[in-house]
Amino acid sequence: MEFNVLTAVTAGNKGKGVRSDCHVTLELTSAGGKEIAIESKVQVMYGDDIRRQAVEMLDYFKIEHVKMLIEDSGALPYVLAARIEAAVKMAKSETIEYLCPLLPENIYHTSRDKNRFSRLYLPGNTPSLAINAGIHKPDGIILDLEDAVAPARKFEAKFLVRNTLRSIDFYGAERMVRINQVPAGLSDLDFVVPHQVNLILVPKCESAEQIRLVNEKISEIKARTGASQPIWLMPIIESAMGVLKALEIAQSENVVALAIGLEDYTADLGVKRTQEGTESFFARSMVVNACKAAGIQAIDSVYSDVANMEGLKDNVLRSKALGFDGMGCIHPRQIRVIHENFAPDADEIEKAKKIVNAFIEAGEKGLGVVSLGTKMIDQPVVKRAQKVIDLAVNLGKLPTGWREEFLANQFAK
Amino acid sequence: MSKYDKLVQNAAGRVVPQIINGSDAIAFQGVGKYHPTGRKYAPPIATCADYPADGNKIVAGIKEALVRSGIRDGMAISTHHHFRNGDLVAQQVFDAAAELGIKGLIWVPSASFECHAPLIKYLEDGTIHHIEGSMNGALGKFTSEGKMQGLGVLRSHGGRYQAIQDGDVHIDITVIAAPTADCFGNATGDRGPAACGLLGFALADSQYADRVIVVTDNLVPFPCVPWQIHGNYVDFVVQLDKIGIPEKIVSGTTEITKSPDRLLLAEWTAQFCDEAGIVQDGFSFQAGAGGTALSIGIYFAEMCRQRGIKARFARGGSNKYLVKMLEEGLLDYILDGQTFDLDGVRSMRENSNHLNTSPFTSYNYHGKGNFAQFVDVVILGATEVDVNFNANVVTHSDGYLLHGIGGWMNCLFSKCVILPVPLFRDRMPVIRDKVTTICGPGELIDVIVTERGIAINPLRTDLIEKMKGSSLPIKTIEELKHEAEKICGKPAGPYVTDEPVAVIKWVDGTVIDTVWRVDKR
Repeated sequence: MEFNVLTAVTAGNKGKGVRSDCHVTLELTSAGGKEIAIESKVQVMYGDDIRRQAVEMLDYFKIEHVKMLIEDSGALPYVLAARIEAAVKMAKSETIEYLCPLLPENIYHTSRDKNRFSRLYLPGNTPSLAINAGIHKPDGIILDLEDAVAPARKFEAKFLVRNTLRSIDFYGAERMVRINQVPAGLSDLDFVVPHQVNLILVPKCESAEQIRLVNEKISEIKARTGASQPIWLMPIIESAMGVLKALEIAQSENVVALAIGLEDYTADLGVKRTQEGTESFFARSMVVNACKAAGIQAIDSVYSDVANMEGLKDNVLRSKALGFDGMGCIHPRQIRVIHENFAPDADEIEKAKKIVNAFIEAGEKGLGVVSLGTKMIDQPVVKRAQKVIDLAVNLGKLPTGWREEFLANQFAK
Repeated sequence: MSKYDKLVQNAAGRVVPQIINGSDAIAFQGVGKYHPTGRKYAPPIATCADYPADGNKIVAGIKEALVRSGIRDGMAISTHHHFRNGDLVAQQVFDAAAELGIKGLIWVPSASFECHAPLIKYLEDGTIHHIEGSMNGALGKFTSEGKMQGLGVLRSHGGRYQAIQDGDVHIDITVIAAPTADCFGNATGDRGPAACGLLGFALADSQYADRVIVVTDNLVPFPCVPWQIHGNYVDFVVQLDKIGIPEKIVSGTTEITKSPDRLLLAEWTAQFCDEAGIVQDGFSFQAGAGGTALSIGIYFAEMCRQRGIKARFARGGSNKYLVKMLEEGLLDYILDGQTFDLDGVRSMRENSNHLNTSPFTSYNYHGKGNFAQFVDVVILGATEVDVNFNANVVTHSDGYLLHGIGGWMNCLFSKCVILPVPLFRDRMPVIRDKVTTICGPGELIDVIVTERGIAINPLRTDLIEKMKGSSLPIKTIEELKHEAEKICGKPAGPYVTDEPVAVIKWVDGTVIDTVWRVDKR
């Protein structure tokens, strides 16, 4: 198929190593009807389906005369739809959207204080990584429109992210999107707010004002489209200014966590990012303190050496010790290490059981003071212990009826 | 000679020919149903009077060896795949045959690889009439499009031994590539520049072929030990500069996978084995060469280490991971059928608990038992599985023949057969209503592990019982099929004609299925 290089547009990916994606070349013509060529890895099984879908979409966008080449590496229908729509909208001005059916499984809300140990970053324009992301059970999945998408691909990525939100089951993971930096990133919200997103990451955040703009835009889209689910915000602190403004950002409406991005932060400081992280100690502590002061979660930066599980583990333990509640990850194999090491360990749980039990017993006996053996227990210690218990129960590390067993064991002793 | 005739529906419900390349064939009758009678095939009696008194059987080259072996039109010539994709011998054999103007040969490789694609020109010009063995990649495509003169015959490693032993395949001349050999024809694979481990795939040929040619690039003075191939079977020895490409002999598929999805399959498979009570002191296992299967070995090793137990034996495909288990004391023996990397080759040379096996000891169904039967668990791949647990390893869903059977079919007789497979590959569902080609009857396949759920064959009520209450996502095979189709859409095809291009032989030599010429639309 011959195209006019001046007027033909392209969307998507092809070539060696590309999987579950397709590349669409499209040129509007003035006569000749719909000329569609398909070269697919799954030609025999789905060649007819792909053609049917292409024709249906062209009809939907009222395109009568067109030359279109679809080079397919096994793209699922929602990916084909995103690529074709992006190409159509590059070729002509068009406002209507072609929406794939929304999976009923994708309609769920998340709570403000939900567990957020791990959140898996996925490049927004790479479908092969998104399809199976949910089976690895991260707490959250981030479809990234910002740094993981090349500037030239930002346009087509929005369609793919939108379709992914509608068509891919993340098996209960919190559905997150990282938009581009405000103000440019505000326009990304049109592609995500109406499509069952649970949380928006706001990168390179430096002021409460930026968060206000995001909230305002979300409210406006919700009012226009009737979307009603809660949409939480997780600003990412990635600069010296951001660190110093952490508290006002943390206290902004709908913000449930602050994340810290150390690559950009160390660049802003003009220092090298090290394994020990001395250079970011202040920033991390600031973020943790701002979060705790505002009653929200603090989320640490990603650990980028995906082959080094021991290094990751050390990093998680340091992070937990500093007060972080979770961290980002860039490979599914990191998820388990993050979960196991952020979760309370057996010692912590054992100690917490004793403290909470002592607290309950003190209440039953009408004692004002909680004590364990000869030691008095302060109220904040009880509170922390209760939090450990709740988390352990939540993670399935402790049965809900743990106390009966605990008392039986005490008695047996 | 009739390429195929007398089509009939067999016990697996598949239509198969009962005449293949002019000879009678028996349709599959069910697992364990066919009982052969008669006696084994025997090669001609030789006499020392016809061989050099000093034991020196060296001749000038492959062509001379073929001529002195009496090569003529229509003969069956065999080669072996212990050099995998680094084989330089098969091509030279057929180059020589073509130069001699020989036509209508039958090539009987133990397996074919991409490096054999250049042989297509000999299939086109009539030097080779058809292939009995495997037709991978380009050879498979050529076959699927109906371009091979004769009907292709695919056999498992064990089935190949059975066919040669039973006389189903008569091999006129075999050419055995040997990393080290002496002038008498004693040969070994565990040393030399093209070291590949063992030469077990060539055992049957050395015992039963009319003429046996050993080709080596590392000639040592008599005796060459260990003599994996006995010189007493050998007619001629040929010395060449180079018989294989070492870096391609050790194939790339023997690295552990980095794919998170496949690692998850491996992890769940290992957890399944554990919860099913398979992983216990003295257990045995076999894992295929693929990345997923290899990773399962790592999980088994970890379980053994943590509990202070060990496996009694592992069947290989040996590789550095199995060798590590052996050396760490987590495993008593490796029973090696094919060596996948240099650590495997070294271990075989140096460790007396790393044992040589052959398709005769491991897989032959027409014997008095074989090792594969009593392995506790075997972990294999598949291109497709259907809702009756039938599985396919040779064709893809578009009807094209692309892979050989290897030892896959023979391994199905182990105590527990697990296939970890993705639910779909790109957009191709792996779980189907009906497999394109049956290579394994569902009654022998116990568990399908996918990233979206694990299905247990309803026949295995014991496993179903053991897995009650498991945290693993146990589902029915129909549920898995629906999940795949929900994501991918229902696939069409394959579109094939009613013209057979190849047949699949079951372990007992009966015909279990037919590969049909694809309909190019």
